[in-house]
Amino acid sequence: MSGLTARQVLAWLQAVKDPEIPVISIQDLGVLQAVEITNEQIVVKIIPTYSGCPAMYVIQDEIRQTLAEHGQHEVDIQLLNTPAWNTDMITARGRAAMKLYGIAPPISASDQVIQCPQCGSEKTTCISQFGSTACKALYRCESCLEPFDYFKCHA
Amino acid sequence: MNQDLYQFALRLADTSLTMGQRLAEWCGHGPYLEEDVALTNVSLDLIGHAQMFYQLACDNSETSTSPDDLAFLRDVPEYRNPLITELPRGDFAYTTLKQYFIDVYHLHLYQQLSVSSDEQLAALAQKALMEVKYHLSRSEAWCQRLSLSTEEAHEKMQKALDDLWFYTPELFETDESMQRLMTASVIPDMGAIQTVWQQQTEQLLEDCQLAKPENGWMATGGLVGEHTEHLGYMLADMQFLQRAYPGCEW
Repeated sequence: MSGLTARQVLAWLQAVKDPEIPVISIQDLGVLQAVEITNEQIVVKIIPTYSGCPAMYVIQDEIRQTLAEHGQHEVDIQLLNTPAWNTDMITARGRAAMKLYGIAPPISASDQVIQCPQCGSEKTTCISQFGSTACKALYRCESCLEPFDYFKCHA
Repeated sequence: MNQDLYQFALRLADTSLTMGQRLAEWCGHGPYLEEDVALTNVSLDLIGHAQMFYQLACDNSETSTSPDDLAFLRDVPEYRNPLITELPRGDFAYTTLKQYFIDVYHLHLYQQLSVSSDEQLAALAQKALMEVKYHLSRSEAWCQRLSLSTEEAHEKMQKALDDLWFYTPELFETDESMQRLMTASVIPDMGAIQTVWQQQTEQLLEDCQLAKPENGWMATGGLVGEHTEHLGYMLADMQFLQRAYPGCEW
């Protein structure tokens, strides 16, 4: 793969978003762990968020498709078991994108106040520990009364 | 050692798969929408754990096999789960209490397995542990809510406990193969896990004002492939597609 750099591939892969939260890239989510260029192929290393996350299949397809659009067809996608994914791997850019999209980003376990992503109020109540996907919980804002998803802290 | 690890990985995977399959039966039948979603999300995690542990089994298998083959092409006597996980799902109280017992079991087992001398097993246990903690906080809260609410709910929880209690000691059974793994520090002392499991669950039962049933018949058989009739029906349902259309993918 002469001339191709991992940096270039990473830039291309910014286009691959989480299928469930289409505003955050797999890189900002922490799913994309590494890109290596060997003589024969591009090696892409990814980790699952939750063990049973069905989005992993879609993500692999989209990585292949994105790289194919840039003329790269020799791609080896490796699904790793380590490191275990946790929400600290989500970048600041990813958290900001999530909040704009209406999902309260994860906060550390010690800081329990979950802000409403709509109005910023700290008066919020957990309605259900599981929201629209395994990685989210369902909350309601007691100030603006809007329900919202909270991306759970997972560490 | 490989053969022992293969067998133990099957024990873990079969336990998670049968739990996950029973929870998936709640899809569309949960007591209300949010709980329906929660039950199936936990199911999804458990099936994910099963897939990881089946892969571990494949990596330690003497013959060429895949996680799908292990899940869909083995028959009842080859399954290694304890009997409790294959029992019919029952009512919501029954499902909740069974989930709590298994969550506490998984919590302590995976905590210890995450320092296993086998690096791959340790990594998988660490991954599963993060999810199990969350499952436990949910099942524990539900046990309290149901037991300490109406008379009817309390009665249903007590009935579930009377039915399930004698299936729990089997979770900690070992055989020669597991004992070799214990000696090699690949897996923890199951007796020690049982002690902490008992302390924790008995405290909750007390908090929930549930009466532990008197000692009686104890379930056994999963480790040697002797199962209840319920597993056969479960597998018939779960494996139908692969049996009818071998190699089918979608």
